[in-house]
Amino acid sequence: MSSGPVHVDLLPGPPADWQPGPGEPRLPRPPEPRLAPRSAYVVQRFVKPNWLNRRVGALVERLPLARRAFTVAERKSKEDLFGCRMCGQCALPVTGYSCPMGCPKELRNGPCGGVGPGGACEVYPDRRCVWVVGYERAASQGHADDLRRLQRPVDHRRFGESSWLNYWAGRDDHLWTDNDGLASPPVMGDQE
Amino acid sequence: MSALRDRLASGAFTITSELNPVRGGSAEAMKERARLLLGWVDAVNLTDNQGAHVRMSSWASAIAAREAGLEPIMQMTCRDRNRIALQSDLLGAASVGLTNLLFMTGDYPKFGDHPGAKPVFDLDSVTMLWTARKMRDEGKLLSGNELKPPPSGLFLGAVENPFAPPEEFRAARAAKKIAAGAQFMQTQYVFDVAAFERWVGALRDEGLTQRCSLLAGVGVVRSLRALDFMSSGKVPGVSVPDFVQRRLRGVHPDSVAEEGAKLAAEVIAQVKAMPGVAGVHLLTAGYEKKVPDLLEMAGVAGGRGPGSVTSSAATSSAATSSAATSSAAAVKAAAPDIAAAGA
Repeated sequence: MSSGPVHVDLLPGPPADWQPGPGEPRLPRPPEPRLAPRSAYVVQRFVKPNWLNRRVGALVERLPLARRAFTVAERKSKEDLFGCRMCGQCALPVTGYSCPMGCPKELRNGPCGGVGPGGACEVYPDRRCVWVVGYERAASQGHADDLRRLQRPVDHRRFGESSWLNYWAGRDDHLWTDNDGLASPPVMGDQE
Repeated sequence: MSALRDRLASGAFTITSELNPVRGGSAEAMKERARLLLGWVDAVNLTDNQGAHVRMSSWASAIAAREAGLEPIMQMTCRDRNRIALQSDLLGAASVGLTNLLFMTGDYPKFGDHPGAKPVFDLDSVTMLWTARKMRDEGKLLSGNELKPPPSGLFLGAVENPFAPPEEFRAARAAKKIAAGAQFMQTQYVFDVAAFERWVGALRDEGLTQRCSLLAGVGVVRSLRALDFMSSGKVPGVSVPDFVQRRLRGVHPDSVAEEGAKLAAEVIAQVKAMPGVAGVHLLTAGYEKKVPDLLEMAGVAGGRGPGSVTSSAATSSAATSSAATSSAAAVKAAAPDIAAAGA
């Protein structure tokens, strides 16, 4: 880990008058993550569950109003940076910080087979596949192997919740496997 | 339980084919189509509303294909059913002895005949494979509820497109499916044999071709119109490299089908000699009746399918042309250890 001052680079976002085109209401805005790859991994160091975060999270969860305010703040910032869909079970740390919920098929285990030459999304050919973007970003920071972890199915009850609070409270601990699952059969766990 | 598993475990060069269910409600119509392939292939894939076009369901088509004498592989996509329906259909399939199951994410509804349909994509191909393995090996549903009895003898398949970006990640993506439970894997159209070999090589280096049988997707481009369509970008996952396009556009328009078949036969011969490749998967695009011609041309024709499976290794090696004998040893050496990989 570098010890210098923390620089957070923002990439250009969509133009101010950007609107989803016909048939594109499900597309994320911005279409590609705005937080530069290196910055994303720098920020990760502070968002990871640690003593402070756990304490803050526990406190916020006890106060309904604080919880709402916290969730709104998380949504606003992550929408602007990643096109976040508030699935409440954030996969960004292992996807090169490219949101997989922006994929029209909401694939969390990598790109489908329909990615066009040049990396175009199968469904919206004028957009780049979120996984092509994610792979590039992760590989550029030496994190390509993150994408080999197996992601467990999404819990649809969690939509709209704060994933940071879930992350700090340990409710997100089993979202993905620790490794590529090839050495011994990966465990799915019971999804009640 | 699964003749396909036995065939692959024997190390014999295996041929599977797509068999598109009919758009209609008659098992007889389905059987008629299935009979075109009888004796020519080791197993057939009954597609699940391929390209998001409504067809007879894959389980009903699989039963019809079996009654026609073929070994069925039932495809299941995650496009139209959530985890409840997928698990329920899997149990139903197992209950009637449909044990070869192949899972894929599925084409988006926008490409089909009901573009306004609601896409589901509750699970994806990896989590669905993982769920199926859990059901078989742990005897539990995704929820943890116990199955009495669990589906037995399931032989789990997957697909992969080795040529789609990010190309460097495609072997890793296949590896995820193998970790999740895939025991055989069919690929998208192989035109670029060198790129395919890189992908196979990456899996072979990790020892994964011993755990999962790879079947190279091969199809015939039958006309310039078909070529235009396939290279238009409108068919999800299908792209035709420039060198193939030049070759097919370089012949007289009347000879495109012949040149396309020649090309496919060449691909079959090349992948057959590749260590770690267990066979080919024919992407027929509705031209089931041309399959025999192609297999004759490629020199891999010979008694196949249920009935001939038990004596498969010996008969198929004897029946194939002399050109194949040289690669038979290589193929045999790469025979996947299916028996160990799955129960």
